[in-house]
Amino acid sequence: MTESLSVAAERTGGGAGDEGTGAAMMPAGRRRWARPARWPMLVLAGVLVFLYTPIAVVVVMAFNETGSAYRWSGFSTRWFGELAADQVILGALGNTLVVAAGATALSIVLGTLLAIGLARYVRSGLLDAFALGPAVAPDIVMAMGLLTLYVTLGFSLGLHSVLLAHVVFGTALVTATVRARLGHLDPALEEASRDLGASALQTFWRITIPGVMPAIIAGGLLTFTLSLDEFVIAFFTDGPATPTLPIVIYSLVRFGITPEVNALGAILLLVSIVTVLVAQRLTGLGGRDADT
Amino acid sequence: MRHHRAAGGRTIAIGLTAALAVTTAGSVALAQDPATSPDPALAGQSLVISNWAAYMPEDLPARFEAETGVPVTITNHATNEEVVAKLLAGNSGIDVAFMSGQFAQALTEGGFLAAIDHAQVPNIANLYPEANELAYDPGNTHSVPYAWGTTGLCYRTDLVDAPPTSWYDLLTPAEGVSGKTTALFTQRWLMLPAQKALGFSANTTDPAEMEQVRDLLLAMKPTLLAFDDTTFYSRLVSGEAALVEAWDGWCNYAIAEGADVGWVVPSEGSDLWVDTMTILESSPNKEAAHAFIDYILRPDVHSWVVENISYKVPNAPAMAAVDPAVLAAFPNLAMTPAELLQQESLVDLGEDGAALYQDIADQIAAQ
Amino acid sequence: MGRLLLLGPGLLYLTVLFLLPIAAIVGISFLESNRFGQLRWEVTFASFERALDPLYLRVLATSVVIAGITTLLAVLIGYPTAWAIARLPPRWRLVVLILVVLPFWTNFLVRTYAWIVLLNTEGPISGVLQGVGLIESPLQLLYTPGAVIAGLLYAYLPLMILPLYVAIDRLDPELREAARDLGASRARVFLTVTLPMTLPGALVGAIFVFVPSLGNFVIPELLGGGKTVMIGNLIRDQFLKTRNWPLASVLALSILGILLVLLILQSRLSRRYAPVSHD
Repeated sequence: MTESLSVAAERTGGGAGDEGTGAAMMPAGRRRWARPARWPMLVLAGVLVFLYTPIAVVVVMAFNETGSAYRWSGFSTRWFGELAADQVILGALGNTLVVAAGATALSIVLGTLLAIGLARYVRSGLLDAFALGPAVAPDIVMAMGLLTLYVTLGFSLGLHSVLLAHVVFGTALVTATVRARLGHLDPALEEASRDLGASALQTFWRITIPGVMPAIIAGGLLTFTLSLDEFVIAFFTDGPATPTLPIVIYSLVRFGITPEVNALGAILLLVSIVTVLVAQRLTGLGGRDADT
Repeated sequence: MRHHRAAGGRTIAIGLTAALAVTTAGSVALAQDPATSPDPALAGQSLVISNWAAYMPEDLPARFEAETGVPVTITNHATNEEVVAKLLAGNSGIDVAFMSGQFAQALTEGGFLAAIDHAQVPNIANLYPEANELAYDPGNTHSVPYAWGTTGLCYRTDLVDAPPTSWYDLLTPAEGVSGKTTALFTQRWLMLPAQKALGFSANTTDPAEMEQVRDLLLAMKPTLLAFDDTTFYSRLVSGEAALVEAWDGWCNYAIAEGADVGWVVPSEGSDLWVDTMTILESSPNKEAAHAFIDYILRPDVHSWVVENISYKVPNAPAMAAVDPAVLAAFPNLAMTPAELLQQESLVDLGEDGAALYQDIADQIAAQ
Repeated sequence: MGRLLLLGPGLLYLTVLFLLPIAAIVGISFLESNRFGQLRWEVTFASFERALDPLYLRVLATSVVIAGITTLLAVLIGYPTAWAIARLPPRWRLVVLILVVLPFWTNFLVRTYAWIVLLNTEGPISGVLQGVGLIESPLQLLYTPGAVIAGLLYAYLPLMILPLYVAIDRLDPELREAARDLGASRARVFLTVTLPMTLPGALVGAIFVFVPSLGNFVIPELLGGGKTVMIGNLIRDQFLKTRNWPLASVLALSILGILLVLLILQSRLSRRYAPVSHD
């Protein structure tokens, strides 16, 4: 499978170029056939415009003096200042980071162990489906079910209850990515390690874990990102005194114009661009591995 | 309901006159007077208070804390339904919750609210006599009124042909206004225009009457720009809407932003709503909660609230202390208790009534 | 590493916090509750009967149609987009893939709010159309089912593009070329070779788009102006406002049921059209 993927990647990796040389060698009559259609490029351009126009609006509004969405009244950074002084938003940002970091850490542990266990010991597709289920379950159903459970058990609501809820889909996401990666690992490596006298634990730490590390990072990043932005489950399962950022933003956007939130949106975008660039440099993620 | 985002409060503050700024500063200075020193009985207590967003002065909790030594955490809700949901989910940690009278009535029936010990709230004597006999909680046994008012039509004088006078101006809008109106969607106020237009009680639970209400509202729906509980005043300001169903205080926000805005209570009559302060039965900080309510009812504090949120409060000395410039800027603040009481008090509808209203609301939404 | 140590923690966790909650929803759907959300322990089918009321069925149908149109648009836009990305030089391909995913890092509520600004009658789109002279009076784009679909498509389109990209990227170009060499038209190549082989990817994308669209209550609320409600809005209201937990549970189960049907369909079709493996 690894091979098939990398072969496919190699092949399409050279895609446009191969096609070019191939076409050059073909008889003139067939060259027209080989030239890729142009219109998908236009669709792609349209999609990027579609995806980025609202983001441009957010950034422009963040720097607009009055914060008005409809009239440009001059460049200003005052909303960033207001944001820096807004205890409610900053507190919520802190809450969100706590939840996302905690949920990611716990999900990585649970998901990695589960993925390795499933790959080694389980042949039943049902258990696989169960472990991956939370990744596709509708969030409103999960939110309702979890709140029902918490209330029935008399469990208190707060950041901890949101964190535990986020670990549910986080575990599924980490399991999915690690499980996929394990399929590509050469089992001979683990065997060799044991043959050379390493204990099971040593093999686990020195061979298995480093082997799936890119997948753990990918799954962890995914969990962290989704947790940061998760609204529905948090809206149901959070306590009133510790709102997460999406909950605060929800209450703000319902009241209309939100220049501070736009400033925050612009900052989040900047941070994410930097994070992606750094992550890519550090891990080589997003290269061929990103497709797996 | 009546709440707006913090940034709006700021804009309003900028829009007000310098005279107002001076008096607000004055009342703030007054509030800072060390009238009381930290009360030993409150030692070790802290409060979590849930209120509508920006429905009280932003630094009020800090002032209270400075005087009493009780740390306060504020959480916001957008609707009555939201805060009730949080309270009923259990272990909410909330000590004091702001909610409308009929919701307090329902929660009292369910045993979720603590009895108010009037001995711990001496300032309750500041309330208008009328505010002690409100239908949802006569004698204020489990709730204390915070603000009150009515619901009506808020409109752009330059965008309507003639000033509206009737709920039918919203229900069957004139040609030029159609598509530029909004109606409230939170249940009781969704039904109100049709209930009053048809001559029914705002508390009716008669299924036949509610069917007529539904049909009238269904006929209105295609003429609406949107159902809107939260941003209708900014739609008036931008000109996107010309006529909106609005709570009186919130219409004032459109005035504060400088739009040509008029306000009318339709001729068929309207409701009297009361937003109250309640103490949760589950709260371990009941003394501090009582102290907070008493603090709010102090004339200087409660008039500061009026100047800050532009809503009427049922507190006689507080209303008397409100800056005349504020009263002049927002004509509907001058409505007297007698005028308000001509409107119908909203009360809880009971289990079946609530289900009926939800069903009708769903039918209107789904059509 | 023992089997128990590896499988135990994760499975236990998911049993308690995933299986149990869903079981609770199933259980509650057979009970009754008062308006404070307190349950009466008596088995009844009342909520199932009530959920069959034309009112709820209509909302469910509306939701399925709205989510369905969103998914269809996502497929129609996603195919050429993924195709175009796969055709880019490798370095650009990565940049564009990141560009497609990046919006996910800004809060989705903030992005959705930006659509309110864009679609407003006083907003830029209506303004430009008026300026160009295409329309006379401000255009009411916001608070329509179309606005809800646009918002859902905006939120979930990348979830269609990514799996489609992976599927197309895996395609063996030689297969296509062979088909072309045999004289097949471009459309025919797409229908007989590309489409069947990328169908599993498209189905995964369809589930990723359809399921969250179906249960969404925020976008209908913000962009639908309360005039378009979906099943998610009803579930939220019945659960949190009216506290009719049994009815909310039945409505939630209807979404879960639709999801299960889709998953079964997806696995059947995927097996039938499994891509040629090189293993």
